[in-house]
Amino acid sequence: MKPVNADLAKSFGLNAGEYAKVLEIMGRVPSFTELGIFSVMWSEHCSYKSSRVWLKELPTKAPWVIHGPGENAGVIDIGEGLAAIFKMESHNHPSFIEPYQGAATGVGGILRDVFTMGARPIANLNALRFGDPALPVTKRVVDGVVRGIGGYGNCVGVPTVGGEVNFHPAYNGNPLVNAMTVGIAAQDKIFLSAAAGIGNPVVYVGSKTGRDGIHGATMASTEFDANSAEKRPTVQVGDPFTEKLLIEACLELMQTDAIVAIQDMGAAGLTSSSVEMAGKGGVGIELIMDNVPQRETGMSAYEMMLSESQERMLLVIKPERSEAARAIIEKWDLDYAVIGHITDTGRIVIKHHGETEADIPLAPLSDAAPLYHRPYVEAPKPAPLGPVSSPLGLDEALLKLIASPDLCSRRWIFDQYDSTVGGQTVKRPAQADAAIVRLEGTNRALAITTDCTPRYCVADAEQGGAQAVAEAWRNITATGALPLAVTDNMNFGNPEKPEVMGQFVSAVKGMAAACIALDFPVVSGNVSLYNETESRAILPTPAIGAVGVLEDASKATGYAIAPGQTLILIGETQGELGRSLWLREILGLEEGAPPPVSLLTERQNGDFVRGQILSGSVAACHDVSDGGLLIALAEMALAGDTGIALTVENSAAFWFGEDQARYVLAVTDPAPLLAAAQAAGVAALTLGTTQAQNYLTLPQGVAISLTQLREAHERFFPAWFAL
Amino acid sequence: MKAGILLFPGINRERDMALAVRQSFGAEPRIIWHKETDLSGIDLVIIPGGFSFGDYLRCGAMAAQSPIMRAVKDHAARGGYVLGVCNGFQILTETGLLPGALLRNAGLRFLSMDTTLSVERNDTVFTAKYAKGEIFRSPMAHGDGNYTADEPTLDRLEGENLVAFRYADENRNGSARSIAGIYSPNLRVLGLMPHPENLVDPLMGGTDGKPLFDSLAAA
Repeated sequence: MKPVNADLAKSFGLNAGEYAKVLEIMGRVPSFTELGIFSVMWSEHCSYKSSRVWLKELPTKAPWVIHGPGENAGVIDIGEGLAAIFKMESHNHPSFIEPYQGAATGVGGILRDVFTMGARPIANLNALRFGDPALPVTKRVVDGVVRGIGGYGNCVGVPTVGGEVNFHPAYNGNPLVNAMTVGIAAQDKIFLSAAAGIGNPVVYVGSKTGRDGIHGATMASTEFDANSAEKRPTVQVGDPFTEKLLIEACLELMQTDAIVAIQDMGAAGLTSSSVEMAGKGGVGIELIMDNVPQRETGMSAYEMMLSESQERMLLVIKPERSEAARAIIEKWDLDYAVIGHITDTGRIVIKHHGETEADIPLAPLSDAAPLYHRPYVEAPKPAPLGPVSSPLGLDEALLKLIASPDLCSRRWIFDQYDSTVGGQTVKRPAQADAAIVRLEGTNRALAITTDCTPRYCVADAEQGGAQAVAEAWRNITATGALPLAVTDNMNFGNPEKPEVMGQFVSAVKGMAAACIALDFPVVSGNVSLYNETESRAILPTPAIGAVGVLEDASKATGYAIAPGQTLILIGETQGELGRSLWLREILGLEEGAPPPVSLLTERQNGDFVRGQILSGSVAACHDVSDGGLLIALAEMALAGDTGIALTVENSAAFWFGEDQARYVLAVTDPAPLLAAAQAAGVAALTLGTTQAQNYLTLPQGVAISLTQLREAHERFFPAWFAL
Repeated sequence: MKAGILLFPGINRERDMALAVRQSFGAEPRIIWHKETDLSGIDLVIIPGGFSFGDYLRCGAMAAQSPIMRAVKDHAARGGYVLGVCNGFQILTETGLLPGALLRNAGLRFLSMDTTLSVERNDTVFTAKYAKGEIFRSPMAHGDGNYTADEPTLDRLEGENLVAFRYADENRNGSARSIAGIYSPNLRVLGLMPHPENLVDPLMGGTDGKPLFDSLAAA
């Protein structure tokens, strides 16, 4: 074993100042194991040392918030004594090194964050960003990530009901895999992680510990370079079968009165779970490494403390219930091992082979964790897009856009995800703007979505941050549900670069403004920094996962239209082409300012639309976002296999501009809706009607058959993977 | 008819199946852990979908060795009813209660979408509420649904009219002769890959799967 000094600390990811702080806390040179514990606890991934000061700007409270950030996942009141427990988390770095396992263990990790609080997971979603589809590596990553998400989610029996996918060369060396899980628990049966009860046994449940994933959290806190493939040993390997057993075993155990505290072993494994549980409880913890179930022989205390082997949980159990708890866990063929106990020392003590391998005071380990006020430079606001002219007719532009990687059908992807297991999926992928999952045994349903538009964020991170929140809110609203709360997954580059830190700061400001204006608090989240390869940063990507509630699941509204309906646009259209997909795909330009977000209008239009849906007057509803109005209409036509005849306007800016706060409503009786809009002061414009003929007829009479439209829309992924 | 739903480690559609049974039977099914051995009082044994034992080794192979499967064999030998769906179908073939095997899907990818099934005969306890030749919609979700058997077996299944359902529109998983489900010779054991239990509620998109459970409830 190497000697412990500043060089070793550096190789563990601790800088000189941080190592000096370790020496100060310990009052001596730390042991190898102690240094390992400090380094993972103080890694960016675990300590949020660059982001914490800014995350405080986000609103986290509302009357319906039961637990905000700080627990394993956010918890909100969804009525009838039930709570929705949810979070989104990144697995970006491992997914580039080893796409299948990186994505699979991302799903496994976020599931554990949710069921550790007592919730049965009822839905998985994801937010994925990949590099240029022209590169072979992109295809390999897409294939592995999709298989990994499916392989894990399908096996554990949690439906994967929604998500989003973008492509951009900025993600060539650094794809983003953000996974979200939503679970349901009774409000009086929520489990927390704060340890208590001096002498109570600390119990290890789940898979055995191996040498996989050692220093995974540290790896996730650095940039990539040409040698990143050598980091493959830091990626964990998932076993969804064990996870399924762990879910059932933990939920069964939670029906008893045995658990004092519980936490999954995620990033930094046994270290972070034991430190956080004891730290939150204000107690001490002593662990005997000899008792840890081990998959390999000769493992050191350091290796066991830093292993990120998957599918493991740490529990504090009431001593008199320990044997009953053991019976439940062992029924599910899982290891149940008492590996230590809670103490009153305020220290974490690690023993192995009778020797003390680590003895660290817990309070400074967390309280004295580094906290950086990184220098930042916010980018100047971009100049608006100058005049552009369209080289293509509306029909040609529509067919090209709807076939492009960012707008084409995601069927090839979601057909590999089990979206119906559980028997509660009211709206599956590509049926509504948000996934709708009913709560078993009730008439209620949750609406769930993930959203972000990184091409806006790179131009104006503040507007982009606000837009990501607003679009999530809009997608939930468009189903008729009431948006309740948000989980955020902040994916950015190297925070030590002032311009990257500036993007982060701007995005947080925009998100905070939107969350406040829309009563949409942030209840959980995750920050992933250092998303750079060879010093090229990704697009700033503050991905938003959001949850809303429908009191009556039968009111859930999708975007499939039918003959005999009138199509009405809600919201103003200026024709905002800056940073639009039309601009990028048709003119090859990524320029100008993104569409402005008016939170007041967003709220006003959304509340109006939701009210109309719940009153029963709306047959279908679709928000207008990527690609603009004509793309939204084409998607409605394809979803309902019904034609549309349009009667207004004819400019590319009108049809492809990405102005915000807009919805298309399909109604059978337009007059009352138009009157209601006028009364509410909401802009409404009749666009045309649905038609029995299977054509999308443009204003000047050009007609595109739905067959041709569908062929264009469905082509990209199957053709790409047929090669 | 009293239904029991078998639960192996890794099974994940037992709740879906219980919903469908509860709705049609008006009674709660009994959930039976795989280490149990007693099926007394059970008329219909249901083996639901999922990934029993992680589908490690071979789909259904380990579940076929669980203690409860001896009781299921005895139950079938006595003329009891058995329904195996998805992983349940795989377990029935691994147990030898139905012939053939389920291989990886032809495209080597998991397939999750609605499919359409044709009802090959409606004179069984499983299909009495369907019309013969009726085509109905059913979700499917599997990685290993490619039904295969040797030619004489396939000929016998067809000759003895033991094919229960065929894929009506597209045979996506590559199953021999588009077979989606088969019966035992006494028509009391049915195995199929798709999930009619996931389409029994208009709110979830339709009730095309409900007649199967209504048929059993009326038997």
